[in-house]
Amino acid sequence: MNWVLIRGVISGTIMYGTPLLYATLGEVVGQRAGMVNLGLEGILLIGASVGFAVSVVTGNSWLGVAAAGAGGAVFNLIYAYLVVNRRANQLASGLTVMFFGMGVSAMLGRAFVGEGIKGLTRYQIPGIASFSWATKTLFSYDLLVYLGIPVALLVWWFVFRTRWGLNVRAVGENPSAAFAAGRRVAWLKYQAVLVCGFLGGIAGAHLSVALARTWTEGMTGGRGFIAVALVIFSKWHPLRAIAGALLFGGAVTFQLQLQAQGSSISPFVLNMIPYAVTLGVLLIWGGARRFAAPAGLGRVYHGEE
Amino acid sequence: MMRSSLGSPTRLLRKGWAMAGARYAVILIVALGAYALVLLIAGKDPIQAYADTFSFTLGSRYGFSEVLVRMIPLLLTAIAVALPSRLGLINVGGEGQLYMGAWLATWGAITFTSLPQAAFIPLLIVLGFLGGGAWASVAGFFRARGLVNETITTLLMNYIAPLIVGFFVYGPWRSREMGASAFPQSAAFPSAARLPQFLGTRVHLGLILALVALVAFWFVLDRTKWGLKMKAIGGNPEAARRLGIRLGVYILVAMFVAGGIAGLAGMAEVASLHGRLRAGFSPGYGFVGFLISWMTGGSPVGILIMSFVLAIVFSVGSLLQITQGVPFAAINVLMAIILFVVLARPRLALSTFGRKS
Amino acid sequence: MPPSQDVTTAAHGAHIGPAPPLLQMSGITKRFPNVLANDSVDFDLYAGEVHALLGENGAGKSTLMKILYGFYSADAGTIALNGDEVRIESPFDARKLRIGMVFQTFTSIPAMTVSENIALYLPDLPFAIDSKQVAKRIEHFSGQYHLTVDPHCAVRDLSIGDQQKVEVLKLLLGNARILIFDEATRVLAPHEIDGLFRIFEKLRENGFAIVFITHKMREVLACADRITVMKGGRVAGSIGREAATEDALIHFMFGDAVPRGLRVSGEAHPAEGPPLLELRQVSTRGEGLTTRLQRIDLEIHAGEIVGIAGVSGNGQREMGDVILGLLRCASGKRLLGGADATAWSPGRIRASGVGYVPEDPLGMAAVPGMTIAQNAALGGIETYARSGGFAIDWRLVKRDVAASFDALSFDALAPAIPMRTLSGGQLQRAILARELGRSPRLLVASYPTRGLDVHSAISARRVLSELRDSGGGVLLISEDLDELCSLSDRLMVLHAGRIVGDFLPHEIDRHRIGHLMTGSGGDDA
Repeated sequence: MNWVLIRGVISGTIMYGTPLLYATLGEVVGQRAGMVNLGLEGILLIGASVGFAVSVVTGNSWLGVAAAGAGGAVFNLIYAYLVVNRRANQLASGLTVMFFGMGVSAMLGRAFVGEGIKGLTRYQIPGIASFSWATKTLFSYDLLVYLGIPVALLVWWFVFRTRWGLNVRAVGENPSAAFAAGRRVAWLKYQAVLVCGFLGGIAGAHLSVALARTWTEGMTGGRGFIAVALVIFSKWHPLRAIAGALLFGGAVTFQLQLQAQGSSISPFVLNMIPYAVTLGVLLIWGGARRFAAPAGLGRVYHGEE
Repeated sequence: MMRSSLGSPTRLLRKGWAMAGARYAVILIVALGAYALVLLIAGKDPIQAYADTFSFTLGSRYGFSEVLVRMIPLLLTAIAVALPSRLGLINVGGEGQLYMGAWLATWGAITFTSLPQAAFIPLLIVLGFLGGGAWASVAGFFRARGLVNETITTLLMNYIAPLIVGFFVYGPWRSREMGASAFPQSAAFPSAARLPQFLGTRVHLGLILALVALVAFWFVLDRTKWGLKMKAIGGNPEAARRLGIRLGVYILVAMFVAGGIAGLAGMAEVASLHGRLRAGFSPGYGFVGFLISWMTGGSPVGILIMSFVLAIVFSVGSLLQITQGVPFAAINVLMAIILFVVLARPRLALSTFGRKS
Repeated sequence: MPPSQDVTTAAHGAHIGPAPPLLQMSGITKRFPNVLANDSVDFDLYAGEVHALLGENGAGKSTLMKILYGFYSADAGTIALNGDEVRIESPFDARKLRIGMVFQTFTSIPAMTVSENIALYLPDLPFAIDSKQVAKRIEHFSGQYHLTVDPHCAVRDLSIGDQQKVEVLKLLLGNARILIFDEATRVLAPHEIDGLFRIFEKLRENGFAIVFITHKMREVLACADRITVMKGGRVAGSIGREAATEDALIHFMFGDAVPRGLRVSGEAHPAEGPPLLELRQVSTRGEGLTTRLQRIDLEIHAGEIVGIAGVSGNGQREMGDVILGLLRCASGKRLLGGADATAWSPGRIRASGVGYVPEDPLGMAAVPGMTIAQNAALGGIETYARSGGFAIDWRLVKRDVAASFDALSFDALAPAIPMRTLSGGQLQRAILARELGRSPRLLVASYPTRGLDVHSAISARRVLSELRDSGGGVLLISEDLDELCSLSDRLMVLHAGRIVGDFLPHEIDRHRIGHLMTGSGGDDA
């Protein structure tokens, strides 16, 4: 067991887990409102491409992140429109956004392939400076990483301790009941979808602007679907999503480290690890978790008349 | 007198087809128009692209045969989505199932090199079917046990299958031939393992397989007792369960057969067109098949028509890539627009054959 | 806080003088695609009275009140509060006007706590929720109006009676002064119904106005100050407490065409031989929201109807499911006709002659998008399959459909009609025809007359009775004690997954049964 490997795994877990955390949090909010959005992958791609493009063009990475969030939110309106206004099947609507995201991000990102940026500055926790250089590298992350857990807490507070969250959860459990209580179901669903899109956009931006600091077509590699799986794993709870994100971040890091260390295992097999882990998670926890899902999840709400 | 479960006399049926045809036409016109807009915004010339495509595909014998070649995998992957959809299942794993069918068939082709063609062809068909079928059965099993939704499982497995193929192509099956292409590929299939092609074109046996699969799909669902039970599951799984229909068995079998059909698409591509296995050989047939099934509501005739039409449209993509430098992934935008139009106009887009939305 | 006393009222709601009513609905008309639900209906309400809306299922009472609550919008007519015309376009508006409604299907969210559910209805809920504050406000009302519940309990863990209290609390805390109760007694045991009427008393004394929708005559005679009878979308008549008698109400409801045979009396012919069904010490595992059955002993012989009484959610659904093989016996034995069927699949049990008529035919027994013929074929697919399953004999299917309708004296329905276009009564008849057409030996009937109009309900009961007379056995699960008492040869009571009572017809004591149903020994608080 060498120290370099452990250090790399820990910091990698946190770094690679961060986009997953934001994406999962976004999807949790959407699913709490009763909507499964498989288009999260498309949102991530939009976030990554828009974030990167704006960062290159303006030279300001934070502007890129903000644009990615806004872009993701707006893009998710496609999903909201199909599901809420046209009452379409949620899974298929999500796939529509996925296709859109794949195509638009490819077209948008084409002009920026091969560009590089400085990315988001990495800060150290004050007080760490007094430790050895090894520990310093361990605790050097960009702001989005540090904000990860506070954002999770914020999402938790909003969903479980505020009137807005109560309304959103009611819509997700039983839209008829929410309507009978005088809530505007459609508007609340739109709000949840916008939040999901915003957080997903941020997640994508972190991938391209902070981690890879470049753009490649399809660079999100299915993280959107993994996030959807992690929502089940976290029992639709924002704080448990942290554990899920770390689990996945760990899987990715583990295989990346093995590759970097010159392992003899084929990179193809190593690349399979995150997906296999996700499938395993679903297999183990998927059945039992069913009952924790919002009661109205996935159902189309047809209104009252 | 009701001859089939379509439940409507012939006159209504013809009217239904006319309506369906009109519906598909509207969907395509809107979608192509929107895509043209997207291309314009991206600074490309859609008119030229469309014109080039149509003149090539419909204006020459070779062009037309190429459309048929493109159509084969689309037909098969569309059935692979349509069949489970009758049970209410959403199979997005055509892509992965296709790869695994190709993989298993390749194994057979490079292992049993000395078989005569008469033996090879059935072997490849069986292997292609088994490869894709087994892959889809994983998702079917999870779903039958109530563990995970098959949509998620098949989507995730779509990422794993190409990695498996990549591993073998870059690794144990890597061709050591001199003067081979720059990209890693498997050893060439023995000539006996190549699917025969017709009339000097590249149209191959896969077309027969696809048409047989289509007819079988229609027949089983429309005429047999198993088809009625499957439609019951799709229409109301709770009622089906209470009527004594064994949901788990049907789900598993449907996914297996669907995966097998998609696997045949993969097998046909590598065994006839390429003659060897390459990484990433599918430009997304699985997803286009999904699109076709949703556009047509899973209707067999609709699938036939739309596979043909989309094979033409698909050519736009390759053309754009070559002539105007648009990344091939941009064709996803067109697919998204089509799916959007289908979903946003439920009354128009739902098949007249009564599938639930 | 009780509504202001600015409207002239008397202690028992008889209105005095020309003071305008609290609520006045005039000329309300509402049309749905197939039916004219309300035809120029007038309805008024005073503070401090209980005004009952009586009528059979489908008469339009629920629709009228849903219009008042803003769930539907009327095609014509006006609504006035205290003389001022108002527009109610959504429940949001209704609640602002202090109108509240307790629905048949509760609008509480099972997964959330009582406190959260009620918070949803508080008009002045702050952005950051203070749950202690909410709990205090709940306690203020629950003490005053006999509505005690634990605020921190999840609603799904409450009894149905308590869940209904949550519904009422929601309205009171939401500042309602007009309270509408839609078939509120359907799910309650007899003594719980008394408890509900006591709550009405309290509310009435404090100036609230109550609209009580029901189809049970006995109830309106017990609690109402005024009774308005609706029939076929119109008001058939209105009558005060003093003048109200059962005959007068029947006259309003049915005119001269009083349906005969509201009480079905067949005779039991329990036959010799092994029982059709025997459950010996059967227990099941409870998963998620299902109730766990515990050591059930049950026998049904040929020629008898066994009724199961119980509050919804105490294991009736599970009882039916375990007999049909849809639920596995964790322990115990299930015997059909003497043979050990514990391990049989639902298909095999069905094939051995067990039929099933569920409470929600469109949801549980039929495929809505398919036709009557297709659904009939599914009912017995093996008899219609030809060539090893590659073909289906549709001609035979259609013949059997016609024959089965005829045998039960039902009006024929064209086999090519999609099931989802049928009315509730037609659906039930189609399912009955399909199940009985297979000549089952045992029929599990689960709430077979729920939501049906009187005539459909009567013919369904007749069919069950005839099945019994011809030697079949029936398990009848119902919430309608009248129905159970009149049809059952033996009546068993189910509570929390256990059989807690077993009565022969002459032993039946409704109040005792009511207490067994709710598991309480004495008076409801």
